[in-house]
Amino acid sequence: MKIEDKELQEKLHPAMVEGTHDFASVTDKISDITLKKRTPFHWFIGFGISFMVAQLLLFSVIWLLANGIGVWGNNQPVGWAFDIINFVWWIGIGHAGTLISAILLLMNQKWRTSINRFAEAMTLFAVACAAMFPLLHTGRPWLAAYWLFPYPNTMGIWPNFRSPLIWDVFAVSTYATVSLLFWYVGLIPDFATLRDRAKNKYFKFAYGILSWGWRGSARHWHRYEITYLILAGLSTPLVLSVHSIVSFDFSVSQVPGWHATIFPPYFVAGAVFAGFAMVLILCIPLRRWYGMQDFITHQHLVYMAKVMLATGLIVVYGYAMEGFFGWYSASQYEVFMVKNRIWEGPYWWSYWLLIFCNGASIQLLWFERFRNSEFWLFVISIIVSVGMWLERFVIIVTSLHRDFLPSSWAMYSPRIWDWSMFIGTIGLFFTLLYLFVRFVPIISIFEVRTLLPDAHVHGHHQDFEENVNEVEDTYDKTDPPKK
Amino acid sequence: MGSKLHGIMAEFDTATELVDAARAVRDAGYTKTDAFSPFPLHEIDEALGIKRSILPYLIFAGGVTGLCAGIGLQVFVHVIEWPIIVGGRPHFSLPAFVPPAYELTILFAAFVAVFGMLFMNGLPSPYHPVFNVPRFALATREKFFLLIEAKDEKYDYSETRKFMEGLNAQEVFDVDE
Repeated sequence: MKIEDKELQEKLHPAMVEGTHDFASVTDKISDITLKKRTPFHWFIGFGISFMVAQLLLFSVIWLLANGIGVWGNNQPVGWAFDIINFVWWIGIGHAGTLISAILLLMNQKWRTSINRFAEAMTLFAVACAAMFPLLHTGRPWLAAYWLFPYPNTMGIWPNFRSPLIWDVFAVSTYATVSLLFWYVGLIPDFATLRDRAKNKYFKFAYGILSWGWRGSARHWHRYEITYLILAGLSTPLVLSVHSIVSFDFSVSQVPGWHATIFPPYFVAGAVFAGFAMVLILCIPLRRWYGMQDFITHQHLVYMAKVMLATGLIVVYGYAMEGFFGWYSASQYEVFMVKNRIWEGPYWWSYWLLIFCNGASIQLLWFERFRNSEFWLFVISIIVSVGMWLERFVIIVTSLHRDFLPSSWAMYSPRIWDWSMFIGTIGLFFTLLYLFVRFVPIISIFEVRTLLPDAHVHGHHQDFEENVNEVEDTYDKTDPPKK
Repeated sequence: MGSKLHGIMAEFDTATELVDAARAVRDAGYTKTDAFSPFPLHEIDEALGIKRSILPYLIFAGGVTGLCAGIGLQVFVHVIEWPIIVGGRPHFSLPAFVPPAYELTILFAAFVAVFGMLFMNGLPSPYHPVFNVPRFALATREKFFLLIEAKDEKYDYSETRKFMEGLNAQEVFDVDE
């Protein structure tokens, strides 16, 4: 079908690359950040601050290992607190990266192309931060090898595979590995570009090693594309399984407030919601600082805002269902939990803050005015990130602090070492991101090339009709392919 | 020009020119050919006569191996090596064994996908004769290249070179071994 109305056509197929670009200008513009341009002053400031904050993590970890996990505020009955809250928060943030790189690729959403690289980097760094918490909450991570992994040791001890906690080990380690592979495979052709364009011989050597001698051969591309597509196909069920399994940590137990069948889908939606908020937080300043507005266009921000709104509404539905389940269960413990969480208990404020952050604030995204404003998108994304952290706080702390036995009821409050470790991981996350921005192309160069009109081969082709329509609809109105 | 040639290479400005030239090369009967582009070109597979790779089947086999390894590991631990009842569940609790086996399926398949691709592509290969052409550095930026290797049966230096010069190329290069 051909659409004549030009305005409508632009609305249906907005160009994902703005300005006039060809293969060379795209390549230069993105690779110059790494190779040619002077490292901007704000990079040093940002990196310096992040690196200093990351030292807080180092210090907290040393303190923790020296003294044991008693330095944290965890108590009975709130045996799980900041460690698991932060773990779930970080790993959730990672999910948007995989969604963008894998699920949107399978759905042929072209707008993923310019944001997938740094969204995947965000995934990796977020998973790295997440993995610290379960490892360190064991108190003696050097012994965790036989607690967590099934290796044949002289004590004859095996992990219990019927436990969701061991599922978590498998899910998170697979997720980290596959995300790294996916990210790296995407980087190989871009490393080759950097190798061929680098003037500095050390950079040339380093990028040469990293690119594995990639030369863009048609036979290589053929297998490369197969791998890329299948990796996307593998990552899609993987990412859904990871947060489902994370939610099993809670829902397989019998604690009121955790034992609900809505948990897996509700957790996955929450993860994508939090992740897109983080992508927006990162990409709004990044595109400005590095002048990438041609590739990460206004339209990209609008799309991400819409995904955030949609997943946010699923999360709000999850909150409603949690309340409904509690009431419908007719179990006094479940009913008590709902009442206690929402208005009777001492943590009622955290629940309402959560509803404000995740439920109320995103309603602004229904309006074009807010979707079009970078300022408001940034503010809403920050609020959502806080909200998603609060969500885990509410789920974990309010469910645990009122046990089945009133005699064991207690309050929980984090101590300074809980905070310092959490803030420290934020420092680590940004330190890694700053290094990434400096040394790795932040946008997938070869994939952006495929978005340009010149990337389409004109002429005889097997899927001729389809090809013509795609070319004409999207870009090329002046030069129809010859029959 | 070196004493021994790897082949002859032509440079093109656009993807369409490359694909057209590749078709002409294939129709002329050359088989030891290759094309180089800064991004994946789907049309080139048909134009050069590249057959579909068996890689997907290997990846599938990798996934099946991962699944068997996952189930096998858990059965070994909980049924054979050290059977112990936990939480009233049977020794062979298949539903609980699903998540680790599922993750290992994906892990093994992903490993085969990535390392199988690199292995079948003959990577890493830090040296390759095509890098001897200085302008080939543009293959990762904006230009398109087509190569006929000297080991092709139909290859004859002067004839092949003449043929390639007639392909509407920007420039034709000799590629030293």
